Amino acid sequence: MRGEFAYAMTRPERERQRFAPIDIKEETLMTSQADAGRPSRLLRNLSAKIASIPMMLTAVVIFLGGTLWTVVYSFTNSKLLPRLSYVGLDQYERLWAAPRWVVSIQNLAIYGFFTLVFSLVMGFVLAALMDQKIRFENTFRTIFLYPFALSFIVTGLVWQWILNPEFGIQSVVRSLGFTGFTFDPLYDSDIVIYGILIAGLWQGTGLVMCLLLAGLRGIDEDIWKAARVDGIPVWRTYLFIVIPMMRPVFITTLVIIASGIVRVYDLVVAQTSGGPGIASEVPAKYVYDYMFQAQNLGQGFAASTMMLVTVAIIIVPWAYLEFGGRRRG
Amino acid sequence: MADTFALKDGPALAAARKAGVEPAGRRPRRMLSGRNIMIYGTLFVAAVYYLLPLYVMIVTSIKGMPEIRLGNIFSPPMEITLEPWAKAWASACTGLNCDGLSRGFWNSVRITVPSTLISILIASINGYALANWKFKGADVFFTILIVGAFIPYQVMLYPIVIVLREMGIYGTLTGLVIVHTIFGMPILTLLFRNYFASLPSELFKAARIDGAGFWQIYFRIMLPMSLPIFVVAMILQVTGIWNDFLFGVVFTRPEYYPMTVQLNNIVNSVQGVKEYNVNMAATLLTGAVPLIVYFVSGRLFVRGIAAGAVKG
Amino acid sequence: MTHSVSIKDLSLSFGAVKVLENLNLDIGEGEFLVLLGSSGCGKSTLLNCIAGLLEPTGGRIFIKGRNVTWEEPKDRGIGMVFQSYALYPQMTVEKNLSFGLQVARMPKAEIDRRVGRAAEILQISPFLKRKPSELSGGQRQRVAIGRALVRDVDVFLFDEPLSNLDAKLRSELRVEIKRLHQSLKNTMIYVTHDQIEALTLADRIAIMKSGVIQQLADPNTIYNAPRNMFVAGFIGSPSMNFLHGEIAEREGRLVFTTDGVDFPLDGYRSGETLAAGRKVVLGVRPEHVRVNEDGETHEATVDIEEPMGADNLLWLKLAGHTLSVRVGGARRFAPGTAVRLSFDMALASLFDAGTEERI
Repeated sequence: MRGEFAYAMTRPERERQRFAPIDIKEETLMTSQADAGRPSRLLRNLSAKIASIPMMLTAVVIFLGGTLWTVVYSFTNSKLLPRLSYVGLDQYERLWAAPRWVVSIQNLAIYGFFTLVFSLVMGFVLAALMDQKIRFENTFRTIFLYPFALSFIVTGLVWQWILNPEFGIQSVVRSLGFTGFTFDPLYDSDIVIYGILIAGLWQGTGLVMCLLLAGLRGIDEDIWKAARVDGIPVWRTYLFIVIPMMRPVFITTLVIIASGIVRVYDLVVAQTSGGPGIASEVPAKYVYDYMFQAQNLGQGFAASTMMLVTVAIIIVPWAYLEFGGRRRG
Repeated sequence: MADTFALKDGPALAAARKAGVEPAGRRPRRMLSGRNIMIYGTLFVAAVYYLLPLYVMIVTSIKGMPEIRLGNIFSPPMEITLEPWAKAWASACTGLNCDGLSRGFWNSVRITVPSTLISILIASINGYALANWKFKGADVFFTILIVGAFIPYQVMLYPIVIVLREMGIYGTLTGLVIVHTIFGMPILTLLFRNYFASLPSELFKAARIDGAGFWQIYFRIMLPMSLPIFVVAMILQVTGIWNDFLFGVVFTRPEYYPMTVQLNNIVNSVQGVKEYNVNMAATLLTGAVPLIVYFVSGRLFVRGIAAGAVKG
Repeated sequence: MTHSVSIKDLSLSFGAVKVLENLNLDIGEGEFLVLLGSSGCGKSTLLNCIAGLLEPTGGRIFIKGRNVTWEEPKDRGIGMVFQSYALYPQMTVEKNLSFGLQVARMPKAEIDRRVGRAAEILQISPFLKRKPSELSGGQRQRVAIGRALVRDVDVFLFDEPLSNLDAKLRSELRVEIKRLHQSLKNTMIYVTHDQIEALTLADRIAIMKSGVIQQLADPNTIYNAPRNMFVAGFIGSPSMNFLHGEIAEREGRLVFTTDGVDFPLDGYRSGETLAAGRKVVLGVRPEHVRVNEDGETHEATVDIEEPMGADNLLWLKLAGHTLSVRVGGARRFAPGTAVRLSFDMALASLFDAGTEERI
């Protein structure tokens, strides 16, 4: 599992080897010059270069160019159309002065923090339980993971229905005799983000469970045998031996969850459309609304640049930890 | 020796025989130990949490509206009706039109099929080039590509809009197919590159000695060996593209909206009386394609999302 | 004369790591040359350069007098056999053999003729319709050799072809490769880390270390007159015994002396004149130590005895040194037994303690 992500860590020797060129058939007779007949650098490996054109274009034009473009235009006062008239940090000042943006960031922080904590804890507990050589493992895994196959739109709409105060959980509990029971997160500005959290966890925890289960399976059986022979209780083995050994898996999982959190958009659109009022707004929605609805491109660019900064804060330390210290060759 | 025979006799007999022959072996586990009750109990409770929404969706979608208003969402239907399904498919209203989800379904098919095929074709050849035909600078592009996978889409949306507009395909299905190909590229290229790099390099060398070139090795040696990874990529792309909402809403005109956008417009439409049964039928219909892919593909799906998780 | 394969000043580096440096090697027509060394010594890299699978940083490679340094593998007139067999798993044996010929657009009749001939030589005709996964390891390696055979080439390259096989199959196929070479008389370049394969198969062995050929000679010379201490220690199992000491003169005779023990150098053929006082290392193979025989002898005690069937390996203590000694399987010694030993100087080696070169 780890290998799937860690592309830069294990480099087989052959990858460092440069293979000889292709597509050049040039018969050369014995010459005294060592480099005679050597094909030109550009033409070497031509097919591979042609095959990589889509990747090069995507990487350079879209990922690199597009990102830089957006960052540059976030310093302009573009409205309906992008214009290169610089206004310095104006857009950012306006952004941070906007209550809607501040709410979005607060929501993202709350949603992010609890998603990380709950999905890691729940995911690990489920994974540890699944790792006890249980029966029906496949059935359980199928059940825990199927929400991940569903879109955020579907997820949001289902939970919108279940949390509907008139017909959903609140009404069911009230009909059991607890008439004072109140649970309507989607209509309460103070807790609406937790309503979205419930749906988000439902959709994503299965994935975390799967990743961590694979991590657990990657631990050498002998570690467990040794711990058992030494008489270490199971919970201690998990806490002090297994979890520290799974550090890379945890970090990778963490990065995956985190980059998903920053992007949260469809779920909110489907479940609450940002309401009630602006109580469940998130940054990604802010960007979309300003770029494509409010015709205020500058704000959209500034907000998306802030999202980029958020991701960089997560990714850069991880990339450093993961690849920085150990790069060889 | 004893084990070989035991295998033929089935697990129960094998266990009995083992217990008889080797008294020092593991204590047979009791099904009702405290430990088991805790494990299965917890898993069962969790399973209920995960299954409940699916159950509620199904139950709601086959109830009539009067029953929904009276009863609670968890109670099984007293009278089963398929009318909500028919309505959801053919005549539910969005703010714009009233021809149900069918339009969105066919749009999604027209988006998903070419996007999946094109993105896999391009990424697999690209991954193969990166794994076996490295050229100077290839790693730089690849690193940008992988780092790019973590950049929020929102940052790149508008530049792509401009590029597509310049090409005259903004708002069309072609444009959306290109967008899906672009954003599928990092994870698919990584998937294929790692897969091809894991194949024995000597196979590639042998093919070179045999005189096969770039395309011959790809189509005659690598491709036939790699069907499982193509299936994984297919699962990844079909579910990912089918479930997409953001690109659909940004890059297409309303007549080309994919199913997810159509669904959201139907359910969250502010006009008219809310028909919860129709909404849930529509939701189930939209979720049906990835769910079928999921239940049919089983383990391969797990492999696919493990690789595709980077996509977020 | 033209050599079959000729390598001039070949260098190759991956980034800052120099794998091969100014390597020169001439291989004669029909010669069986073994490249021997431990992993990472550059032997496989050299083979890959000859095959055209790796691009050298400098130097030239000639095959049959033609500069092929920048040519495609398929145009070099070589066939190659790999350690992992590298058979195309989705193709039948027949397809595996004919793939390269099809790529070259050879007429079908000629393909069939060549495949049939190779299958006959290698006795794999019954398996032609099978997939590689349905074959045993030995059969797979025959198919891999067959794939080189159908190409009808001058030079065969083997990259550790027997390393994935178990000991019994390995010795069987070793004999077959030797038989193949005797009947085909092709030039063969064979990479291995197994000294038995090297000694049994080679016309000449090139022992490599860190990208440099340490000695290039026939197996007998390599074994009995190693050029330096690396070669001496690499070849032979258990390793040659090395005794550090110096040359001294005793009553007009030159002796090797270490820790107060003298061994007369009578019978040692040196390439130079030996002078007393020179710091040297004496190398003696375990089978060249005589135990309890006549002649000038020294007292030693048996430390460990390792019976190995045909042979009996003794570990002896002699004046603070541990010596491994091979004696016949029938001669048994209990630990602690005192024995007398002497060296067969005609077959021993002397090295300069500083340069580690043979003197």
